[in-house]
Amino acid sequence: MSTTERTGASAGATPPAPEPASVPIKAIRLRHPWRMVFAVLIVVVFALLMIDAAFRPAYDWPSVGKYLFDRRISQAAVVTIALTVYSMVIAIVLGVILAVMRLSPNPVVKSVAWFYLWVFRGTPVYVQLTIWGLISLIYSRIDIGIPFTEPWLSFQTGDLLSLFTIAVIGLSLNEAAYMAEIVRAGLLAVDRGQEEAATALGMSWAQTMTRVILPQSMRVIIPPTGNEVISMLKTTSLVTAVPLSTELFTRSRDISAETFNPIPLLIVASLWYLLFTSILMVGQYFLEKRFARGVGDRQTEKKDPGTATGAFTGVMPVVGSDPPAVIVPPKNAPGGTR
Amino acid sequence: MSAMNVPMAQSRPEVPMVLAEQVSKSFGSNEVLKSISLEVKRGEVMCLVGPSGSGKSTFLRCINHLEVLSAGRLSVDGELIGYRESHGKLYEMAPKEAAKQRRDIGMVFQRFNLFPHMTALQNVMEAPIRVKGLPKAQVEQTARDLLARVGLAERADYYPAHLSGGQQQRVAIARALAMEPKLMLFDEPTSALDPELVGEVLDVMKGLAKSGMTMIVVTHEMGFAKEVADSLVFMDGGVVVEAGDPDEVLTNPQHRRTQAFLSKVL
Ligand SMILES: Nc1ncnc2c1ncn2[C@@H]1O[C@H](COP(=O)(O)OP(=O)(O)OP(=O)(O)O)[C@@H](O)[C@H]1O
Ligand SMILES: [Mg+2]
Repeated sequence: MSTTERTGASAGATPPAPEPASVPIKAIRLRHPWRMVFAVLIVVVFALLMIDAAFRPAYDWPSVGKYLFDRRISQAAVVTIALTVYSMVIAIVLGVILAVMRLSPNPVVKSVAWFYLWVFRGTPVYVQLTIWGLISLIYSRIDIGIPFTEPWLSFQTGDLLSLFTIAVIGLSLNEAAYMAEIVRAGLLAVDRGQEEAATALGMSWAQTMTRVILPQSMRVIIPPTGNEVISMLKTTSLVTAVPLSTELFTRSRDISAETFNPIPLLIVASLWYLLFTSILMVGQYFLEKRFARGVGDRQTEKKDPGTATGAFTGVMPVVGSDPPAVIVPPKNAPGGTR
Repeated sequence: MSAMNVPMAQSRPEVPMVLAEQVSKSFGSNEVLKSISLEVKRGEVMCLVGPSGSGKSTFLRCINHLEVLSAGRLSVDGELIGYRESHGKLYEMAPKEAAKQRRDIGMVFQRFNLFPHMTALQNVMEAPIRVKGLPKAQVEQTARDLLARVGLAERADYYPAHLSGGQQQRVAIARALAMEPKLMLFDEPTSALDPELVGEVLDVMKGLAKSGMTMIVVTHEMGFAKEVADSLVFMDGGVVVEAGDPDEVLTNPQHRRTQAFLSKVL
């Protein structure tokens, strides 16, 4: 009785109101005075530091401006990018191979991959790069042919491998060990039923891997790989151990050795590194979105098939990334095929 | 419904579609299947029931060589599964040959196992394109027909995550049918579904049975078994306890273990 009266009252004169509109909550919001205090404090301290930096002669801002787009610096930046790209591409390919090897049922194959990881993850990359730099002392010639017979082809190691190539080899072989673990985690994250379904359809192991397992593991693989690319970009500054001196950091050190003013060139190098990492972060965002396809909430499973699409909003939360992904609506109209 | 999936031309009616002879399977010391012998004729539907852990899934997986037998012989359409026989000796098959045998045996799983990164249509098209190497346009036409056949023509471009469980299972059935199998294996196809979605999947399976498909169905849906199955096999503890006409086994079970099980599920 009383319920009907109240419903009638809140719905006004309109007779069959199914449900009264919910009233928004009006409440004094909880205040966070300390948050404000800290925020203001941080802003003030930051501003003071900025103002101080702007007028501090040691930073030598005019020199920063002068060298930021210096030809030698931008050429070095290109070398840094090239080192990063080549090394990462090789490392990813090798990493996938090593990861698959580690999951192989063949114990020899498994052990080889394990040994590789043990060596390349267990020693510092700087040491590895230094050793690679000495490769032409260790192996002065490279012979191709049957052992203990006259070689078919013979090279001076120094002629065959430029410092750049050696740097790429050193960086990529080290990185492959880390990529292998990332890829392995991704492969293991894919539901076993997927492999089973693919096998039951008559797909070969290679097809199952490339078409079913790897694409799904991408979602798990990409975020840490993005980290690795950014880390690689910075690790290229270590190739001075090879010694390759044409990349960004070594080049800016060399320039400052002439000008006796290291700080502005360090700032220049840092700005370039920051620019590249920012670009990489944008790229990672789009890649993650691409491989989140088809992975969303499974709420529709609980609904009646007829209403499931009606209730379907077109935007869903995507696992592992904050921005919502938009779903492509079905192309054909109902009954379009038959 | 057409009978398009039944290869009548090459049929050898005298050869059973599935012939299991003393099939045994152990995982370590755990003997899961103990000398199972049974036969499924061409065009027949066999329902396999039994308590959890009785080895029903394992038996299905043996049929398409997802599990390797420990003992016994299993053949599908007269062809030994997993081995080649010549001069009285058995030779283990290469993975490629085993994969070739699996093409002709469709399998539907309890958890659907659709590929989540592909749309319903892509799920159905994947194997015919990759495994059989058929031209894409032709495969797409067949795939759309199959989706229409399971009542999902309009859902072709949806990802599995945006389909209900019943719809996903129907896509999974279409995916298996796309390879034009001569035998379909269903492992509790409706067990993961909400009760109101079970009917739509069973309807598709009934249609398939009517079209002449040979099917082995692990299920707890006794109504379906009664209506569709030609034979019903009750398994417990890795052995076939009772087998026969579904009506007979269900209404008048001979064995105590069958009676105990049926009193729980009926
Ligand atoms: N890969 C495996 N390794 C070891 N044991 C296994 C494996 N697969 C199955 N088993 C064992 O085999 C037995 C039978 O399992 P199976 O899945 O065939 O039973 P089921 O009859 O299908 O049961 P359910 O109704 O629960 O699906 C179980 O005891 C299970 O633990
Ligand atoms: Mg089972």
